[in-house]
Amino acid sequence: MSTGRIVAGCIAPHPPHLVYAENPPQNEPRAECGWETLRWAYERLRKDLDALDYDAIVILSPHWQTYIGTHFLGLPHFKSLSVDPVFPNLFRYHYDLNVDVELAEQICDAAAADGLVTKMMRNPDFRVDYGTLVSCHLTRPSWDKPIVSISSCRNLHYYNTDVMQAQAMALGRATRRAIEASGKRVVVIASQSLSHRHFTREADVPEDMSREHIYDHHQYLWDMKLIGMLKKGDTAGVLSLMPEFVEQAVAEADSGALSWLLSALEIPSYPAEVYGYGTIIGTGNAVVGWFPEQEAP
Amino acid sequence: MSVIGGFIVSGLPHPLLCPDANPGYAALRRGYEAAREEISRLNPDVLLVYSTMWPSVIGHQLQADPAPKWTHVDELFHDLGSIPYTFRIDADLAHGWCAAGQERGLQLRTVSYHGFPIDTGSIVALKLLNPDNAVPAVICSSNVYADRSETIVLAKSAVDALEAQGKRAVAVCVMSLSNRLFTTFIDPSEDRIHSKKDEEWNAKLLQFFSEGRLEDVTQLSRQIQRQIRVRKVVSFKSLWWLSALMGAHNHYAGTVYGYAPVVGTGASVIGLIPASRSFGDREFDEDTVERFDGDRHILGGLEDPNL
Repeated sequence: MSTGRIVAGCIAPHPPHLVYAENPPQNEPRAECGWETLRWAYERLRKDLDALDYDAIVILSPHWQTYIGTHFLGLPHFKSLSVDPVFPNLFRYHYDLNVDVELAEQICDAAAADGLVTKMMRNPDFRVDYGTLVSCHLTRPSWDKPIVSISSCRNLHYYNTDVMQAQAMALGRATRRAIEASGKRVVVIASQSLSHRHFTREADVPEDMSREHIYDHHQYLWDMKLIGMLKKGDTAGVLSLMPEFVEQAVAEADSGALSWLLSALEIPSYPAEVYGYGTIIGTGNAVVGWFPEQEAP
Repeated sequence: MSVIGGFIVSGLPHPLLCPDANPGYAALRRGYEAAREEISRLNPDVLLVYSTMWPSVIGHQLQADPAPKWTHVDELFHDLGSIPYTFRIDADLAHGWCAAGQERGLQLRTVSYHGFPIDTGSIVALKLLNPDNAVPAVICSSNVYADRSETIVLAKSAVDALEAQGKRAVAVCVMSLSNRLFTTFIDPSEDRIHSKKDEEWNAKLLQFFSEGRLEDVTQLSRQIQRQIRVRKVVSFKSLWWLSALMGAHNHYAGTVYGYAPVVGTGASVIGLIPASRSFGDREFDEDTVERFDGDRHILGGLEDPNL
């Protein structure tokens, strides 16, 4: 009998500002400080994850955008330089990571068996997207766990939020089934912000926190609404509210990452651990965790 | 005259990486080659590339690395192969355009970083239109939040910079006509425009372009966005940029060098050369704009001039 299971699920936002402010040796730019409430939230998440025994990280990132199906990194090793196309002044990150190709193929096959369009990415020159890199770095800076990187199939643009969510949830169920069959213990990550309206101007000193705030109160109210529901364990309500949330808050959940995560976690009804909330260039971000084994009867 | 020609080209990689996979891709490849010859005949000092496939958030960004070099892989069509490139960028013009844009109120900045991810569309356009880097280029992003006024001012600031530096440019607009891809993998032999509606709109746009009616098409941008554009961004603005850059009129000799479906989208290679002939001067619904003052203050009193 398989012992594979999801040991934790996380919302891990990926603004590159957070890696920039941490000053890891992999990143070329240097910062003085910045976005501490979110970085400290990540510290607390890491502490809880470090207490777990797990084999791999499975992550879905909005910044690997595929318009034909869902794609998976399909080579065992990637090493290159990632330069953020939007914030190149903040993120020029030298990465060196390993992929659990076996698990990636299992998830890819499970999703295909359920009727989803899937593809493995086997080009060795492919550059891993910065959303995956930022969220994985902040979740596990030692990079000592192999990852499975899943693209965001942009169904919302072609159809609507309901179709996006239906397919993302199907992918979540396939992800869970494949993990259980693999015998591995896995952390699953939705790499995303909540509200996602950016300022279009940047402070001269990007980490000048006197200039950082939510884009507008409307976005803030939506973020608090979502976080309140997560804290109460009402993830079914979050899924029901998703079309309004995506439209009203320009939410990055349009990528399907949050719907996929909640589906993979079997739509948890227990409270999420909200480690912290903060804004980054106007967007709303929360670091959130679910720990199914702690909730098991 | 600072802008001596304008070209509209698709940015999908198939004509570059697999032109023989389908007669349409091959026809597009020949279209790029014909456009390349026309650009060579025009002998510009610089190519100005506006790519709908390079999204930006902090205003617009201009590529200013004098010699960017990388091996690119498309995030969707990675199985078609890698694209090694080295380009020649006119950094002086990029900086001049940036300063001119800031003078007109735009948030505009240059980027010059090793490994900066130049987008597939810009790479395809430059590899096929300017394979030997005979002409230096400047590449401009497409801001996801920008609308008409910001885009028009962006174009006018480019003209400011060209005039200040005494340079003659050919503009290259990287865009599809209809941009709906199939959502399943198709055999190239089965490629076609995604729907009859897209096909009919594309035919109408090609007719306008071949008649040199650039500003007429541009005035339809909002309608085009509603009808045949998958709304990844707030508006269909590339033609606003091209027409404002070239003078916002219909006095062109238009040539359709190629048109074919690429994975369902309407891919084309179109040239617009200023000409004495005209489809007529008209009064247009939307006025031109000279300066961008932002949009947040429209709610009244909420504008933070610094953010």
